[in-house]
Amino acid sequence: MSAKPLSDLDLYPVAEKAPERVTTPTGKPLSALTLEAVLAGEVGNEDIAITPEALILQANIARAAGRATLAANFERAADLVRVPQDLILDTYELLRPGRAENVQQLLDRAALLRRDYGAERVAALIEEAAAVYARRGLFVKRY
Amino acid sequence: MTDMPPKAEPQSSNRWRRFAEWDERPLRYDLFAAENPEAGFSVFRSPYDPAPSLSVEGGRVTVMDGKAEADFDILDAFIAAHHIDPAMAETAMAMDPGEIARMLVDINVPRQELEALARGLTPARLAEVVGRLSALEIAFAYSKMRQRQTPGNQAHVTNAKDDPLQLAADAAVAVALGFDEIETTMRVSSNSWANALACTVGAAVGRGGVLFQCSIEEAEELQIGLAGLASYAETVSVYGTERAFIDGDDTPWSKALLTAAYASRGIKARCTSGAAAELLMGFHEQRSLLYLEARCLCLQRAMGVQGTQNGGIDGAPLTASMAGGVRELMAENLIAVWLGLECASGNDCRTSESEIRVGAKITPYLLAGSDLICSGFGSIKKYDNSFNPSLFNGEEIEDYLLLQRDFQTDGGLTPVEEDQVLGLRVRAVEALAAVMDELGLGTVPRARMMSVVFASGSEETQSYSAGEVTPISAAIKARGITALDVVRALARRGYTEEAENLLLMLRQRISGDYLQTSALVRDGRVLSAINDPNDYRGPGTGYRMPEPRWQAVQGIRNVLTRERVLAAENVVAEAVGEADWLVPAGVAAKGSDPHEVVIGVSPAFARQLHQTTAGHALSDVVAALVGGIEAGGGTARVVRMMHTADTSFLGLAAARLSGSGFGIGIQAKGTTVLHQADRMPHMNLELFSNAPLTGLEHYRALGRNAARHTFGEAPEPVMVPTHGEALGARFHVRVALLYAIETGLIDLTVHPIELNYRPARPATEAAQ
Repeated sequence: MSAKPLSDLDLYPVAEKAPERVTTPTGKPLSALTLEAVLAGEVGNEDIAITPEALILQANIARAAGRATLAANFERAADLVRVPQDLILDTYELLRPGRAENVQQLLDRAALLRRDYGAERVAALIEEAAAVYARRGLFVKRY
Repeated sequence: MTDMPPKAEPQSSNRWRRFAEWDERPLRYDLFAAENPEAGFSVFRSPYDPAPSLSVEGGRVTVMDGKAEADFDILDAFIAAHHIDPAMAETAMAMDPGEIARMLVDINVPRQELEALARGLTPARLAEVVGRLSALEIAFAYSKMRQRQTPGNQAHVTNAKDDPLQLAADAAVAVALGFDEIETTMRVSSNSWANALACTVGAAVGRGGVLFQCSIEEAEELQIGLAGLASYAETVSVYGTERAFIDGDDTPWSKALLTAAYASRGIKARCTSGAAAELLMGFHEQRSLLYLEARCLCLQRAMGVQGTQNGGIDGAPLTASMAGGVRELMAENLIAVWLGLECASGNDCRTSESEIRVGAKITPYLLAGSDLICSGFGSIKKYDNSFNPSLFNGEEIEDYLLLQRDFQTDGGLTPVEEDQVLGLRVRAVEALAAVMDELGLGTVPRARMMSVVFASGSEETQSYSAGEVTPISAAIKARGITALDVVRALARRGYTEEAENLLLMLRQRISGDYLQTSALVRDGRVLSAINDPNDYRGPGTGYRMPEPRWQAVQGIRNVLTRERVLAAENVVAEAVGEADWLVPAGVAAKGSDPHEVVIGVSPAFARQLHQTTAGHALSDVVAALVGGIEAGGGTARVVRMMHTADTSFLGLAAARLSGSGFGIGIQAKGTTVLHQADRMPHMNLELFSNAPLTGLEHYRALGRNAARHTFGEAPEPVMVPTHGEALGARFHVRVALLYAIETGLIDLTVHPIELNYRPARPATEAAQ
């Protein structure tokens, strides 16, 4: 839809059109991820991951393609990159029906994610859930 | 032969026996459900569906589909907050639904314009609009609205033993067949890590870039993905009613978080939904299947997931049991792509025991194309499919390849050759064995590997049992083995190409390119709706198979060429030689014997062509005809026609040369006519039109009948029984090529040639 001369769409696929815009979490360029480097121990598991910056770049591309909700999802994902796996899974569990016992538990989790990880957009999603769960009675333990 | 009925059905039975035969067909296993909205059985429209409506105040949805904001359930609330675009709502909802329906099939209305409209439409309105389209219009609209231009397909790779060797070998075959995604699951859930590792290795054999997923409980799936042993997830299920959602132990917000979590780990994700899921779960709220699925799909767009697997899925057989159900499955796929979602369009569940219903089910998708035509084509045998049999399965892959070829359409699969597949299977099991050894997961006996290489399914293997796999799977998880460890193990053991292929997929994770809508990886490059958008705007636009791809699609087994047919028939088209048992003896004259029967043979008969399509040597056929004529009291004479190869005119010309006025015309392929001199060309006395079924006894009987006609009798015509064989399919390629040799020899200026018949044995004896 965008008619801008230099659209974010022109950056896609990033690996081909703009590889310099992304790095591994340890700051290595894409070109450093060779088999030789893997065998030499120069590339580790910590390198095989996406960065918040790459997700924001993909969010901009999605928005330029007219896919605003997909972009919002990538932005929430950018929030979650630095959140530890266990905390993500625990938050997922907390959002399931009947796990949180009251609104406050969800609001506390939102506050924690906002404070410790700057996860503003994920926190907003949880706060939105808290309001609806209260209205729909989802704080009832199911088993 | 006999007039006995095929079965000893009692004559007293007051029933047309055809019904008893129908009762025996596989179709009769299928169940068919009556419409019953109260019980949740309504397809496109239930009287309990809400009327479409939408009110927006100050950028906030206050009423949607007849429900006030205060009464929104969890789906309504999420859809109202995140799907409805307030800027588009008024315009879109004010439009005539019939007009929107026409826009969907109008090649002059771009896809993007309709996608923008959809962002202002409620679930009830979306369902209402697609409900106005016929099945054909739905398929057409789907071809216009689907997201990525190049179609793709997904395979199930599983087996009944969770045998990692077979998973690796079958994954490699799936890759060779061209599947863009591979999905596995387990018989025993604790085997998930071993399954993931095996499929990861197998999918790296032969070609890089195949996306892979391991379907298991969400937390475990995320862990496996984090380890790099899966690159996409498809288990983010959503449901169309609040109670079904909660019964599924989730909410829109928990699923939205999970969706973001996958993206945060660089893992592609799509949701799962589909008609009748709520009905199977017992919480359908008496709504129609399509309306509930429209809610699911609006919710998915609202969550920001890039795509969906819908089109019934597990509920497809139940949906297909209802009148119009298959049309509904297509309609819900259309809503998905209209909302801008990638669509893995179902076709992953055997909806019928009838092969005809199965073939018909897939056809609109083959014609329209789809991001992933099947959200799980069973690349393994039915009994090995741990998801349950798919619509198409390992048994039927070649049928699917033929449908692609028939319609000149790209179903995402490529024919494979026997040697190629065997090589890949060996390579895959050896690579996996090397990785297991290198990572200290066990030493694989050679015999196990070989039993898997040649096996069509797990019933034939002497390999791992599900119980033996569990400790291997536990070790992979406990030791935190990652895809990078697999890359190193492959490379150290000399599987450099496979190591590179796997590393290619891991590298993709850093850029996140394959997180975009409808992304897949081909030849190391990401193709998605962003850089390969479907731009269909009528003839000459949209996806057309590039010539090399069309050539590949045509590469099925056993394609007959002229050279192959002629070689198989032992024919050398150019070499014209006379048989020593039919010797030319000048121009044929009209006979005078009142009991003479002339056999008029075709131009290539016993010169280039030497057997009928039934495989009888022409010398035996002539012996049978001559023997029959003599047994009937007649005299046989053989004449070659050069002016025609047509059966009727061969017969008529023979009859006109015959002293009795009766003649037999026969082509080299065995088609035979009994004719009489004063008849119209196509009003013959007897005809054997089905040469492939015609035996020597029939030729002999025809010869005898011809002779009896010369005595003024009217013998019972010879019947060549047929059992409904598709003779055209079985023979016409050969027939057309062979008959061309006959017509190529026609010379209108050459008179019929007398042939001296010199049988190796006396005719009467040969025809016994």
